[in-house]
Amino acid sequence: MATPDTTSPEAQHGGSGSPLITFDKVVKRFGDHVVLRDLDFNVGPGERCTLIGPSGSGKTTILRLLMTLEKVDGGHIWVDGEPLSHMPKGDRLIPADEKHQRRVRTKIGMVFQQFNLFPNMTVLGNITEAPIRVLGKSRDEAEQDARELLERVGLEAKVDAHPTQLSGGQQQRVAIARACAMEPKVLLLDEVTSALDPELVAGVLNVLREIAETTDITMLIVTHEMHFARDVSHRVLMFDGGQIIEDSPPEEIFENPAHERTKRFLKAVLEQG
Amino acid sequence: MADLQFVPWVDNLLGGLWVTIYVTVLGAVGATLVAFALGLLVRMKAALPRIGARIVIEFFRGTSLLVQLFWLFYVLPLLGYRLTPIAVAVVAFSLNFGAYGAEVVRGAITAVPRPQWEGAIALSLSPVQRMRRVIIPQALPLMIPPFGNLLIQLLKSTPLVFLVTVTDLATVADQYRAAEGNEAFIFGLLLVVYFVLAYLCTLLMHVLEARAKGRLGQREERSKIFAFRGPAAQEGEVA
Amino acid sequence: MTWDMDYALDSLPPILEAFLRYTLLATVLGSVLAAVLGLVFAVIRRAHVPVLAPLTTVFIEFVRSTPIPIQLFFMFYVLPSIGITLGGLFVGVLTLGVHYACYYAEIYRAGIDAVPPGQWEACTALSLPARYQWQRVVLPQAIRNVLPSLGNYVISMFKETPFLFLISIPEMVRTAIDIGGGSFRYVEPLTIAGLIFLAASYPSSVALRRLEHRVGHA
Repeated sequence: MATPDTTSPEAQHGGSGSPLITFDKVVKRFGDHVVLRDLDFNVGPGERCTLIGPSGSGKTTILRLLMTLEKVDGGHIWVDGEPLSHMPKGDRLIPADEKHQRRVRTKIGMVFQQFNLFPNMTVLGNITEAPIRVLGKSRDEAEQDARELLERVGLEAKVDAHPTQLSGGQQQRVAIARACAMEPKVLLLDEVTSALDPELVAGVLNVLREIAETTDITMLIVTHEMHFARDVSHRVLMFDGGQIIEDSPPEEIFENPAHERTKRFLKAVLEQG
Repeated sequence: MADLQFVPWVDNLLGGLWVTIYVTVLGAVGATLVAFALGLLVRMKAALPRIGARIVIEFFRGTSLLVQLFWLFYVLPLLGYRLTPIAVAVVAFSLNFGAYGAEVVRGAITAVPRPQWEGAIALSLSPVQRMRRVIIPQALPLMIPPFGNLLIQLLKSTPLVFLVTVTDLATVADQYRAAEGNEAFIFGLLLVVYFVLAYLCTLLMHVLEARAKGRLGQREERSKIFAFRGPAAQEGEVA
Repeated sequence: MTWDMDYALDSLPPILEAFLRYTLLATVLGSVLAAVLGLVFAVIRRAHVPVLAPLTTVFIEFVRSTPIPIQLFFMFYVLPSIGITLGGLFVGVLTLGVHYACYYAEIYRAGIDAVPPGQWEACTALSLPARYQWQRVVLPQAIRNVLPSLGNYVISMFKETPFLFLISIPEMVRTAIDIGGGSFRYVEPLTIAGLIFLAASYPSSVALRRLEHRVGHA
């Protein structure tokens, strides 16, 4: 097997606006089941991509690999020009150590389906914990930034509340604020509204729309909310069986899907409203 | 190397080991009987057996085994009951560990899913048949790990019997110490022996558990039988 | 057999004193040692520290499987020979503490396992370093999970303090027996000792069960 160079394939080819994220022949297995096989794709800076497809098609796995919650079984992932799960040694790539991973990973933030707020801290504590411990901000600075973020998500009043006192939608908005407090370049959104009561979904989606409109943060979104995806994405990628079978702007893929599989999937999903 | 003078003592030590095992086994049998008796009584609707059983359980769980041993040894004769020292030990162990076991039995029976009860009732099984044929077989696999922990605790409590003049392994070891010194050696040896005995108990429990589960159609991995004890059953490991 | 009330009341003060000076003190000190050391064991095992983790596992299993009296004797005789001559109570507290630390380690482990995996993932997503992950997120939740069980073991240790008499510590039960031996009437002193045990442990058990309900519904 050829040992890859220590710079990303795209950078090697000297493209302008080199991609922020590159998956290079990534393979991921769970036991005998191969979820991703030789997956190649790129995401440019500021791009917002929605990943759609049936469950088990690998969409969430991609997010989890980027967040280093899972390890790749083959291939490489590049973030902002640096390898994520590997690190350069001389002119080879070896599996990354914790320090390297943590450094590259700080550029990525994630919001989870189950919110995963820390129940033993207040809302303010949740948002300021990582900026203080990881980014080295002072407590005052972190709290100041946290309050601003809470204002943007409409929860200034809940600064000292505990997560258990908030509704699902409020908790998720705090989770979004918490992820944004780390000033990531990439935001991963893993079915962030799927665990919410229907009435609370809109609140969260509006916050995400606002972030999309006012910042140029790169987003990778896994969702079933097709209208939201259409409003916010630059690209929609249809996954099936661990492969991308279609990759187009939202207008195209929703109006006129090229692939039969995509057609069937969209029909089934959109019918559920 | 210090002269251990160990060989003349081997017979005595083996004798003591036999007593330890004897008391452990009898105590375990007694405790199981007491546990089931109390555990079933405390679940009854009728107030008298339920409250009576509860009092007995709390009394023997709330007081120390040591105190119970002494009490039985010194006080029972005054009440007219003459028991041999070994009998005193076995009775004390049975009552004390039986009380803890009762909670395990009660908990395990309660943990059998409600639909099982309902199914048995729908089939017009009598209460006794319900218990025997449906509920208890399903409760057994849940009971075995905490019982296993209690068994090991019982084993660990056997040194106490020297206080009621029973010559177990620990007693002989102390005699050896008094005669020959070499404390580190003999007590170190004892620790190893008890460790092996405890591991054998754990093995036995895992085998029993696998068989109980097997009768319910749940297969257990072979390798698990040889593992060390798993998580401490919280209720079961309180002395 | 009759109950001699005067004799019973006479024997109360020395027994009570022994309770406070030795039994209660040993329980408190032993529990603190066990709580702290058990946490160390649990974190070492859970974080899979190389070499230390498997050693800790074997040590815990060994200590849990062997009787406290034997361990007491072993420590009582072995410690002086390696230069530590700090008296019976020190040996007693150390032995009880280490012994119970092994139980506590298992309890902490259950508590840590009960922390939802999403919490760990959120820490990874925020790139929170391991130290803060444990200190600020996982352990606070884990310990709250298992508070009632920890309390149960304090009561359990309390009831095993009589073993300390084996290394010549005049704790409560020993004192009761000595008093009984003085006049050959054991019933009253032993009953008093038993009652003190009940009086100390039963209300604590009830309180713990209530705590368990509250934590369960939190």
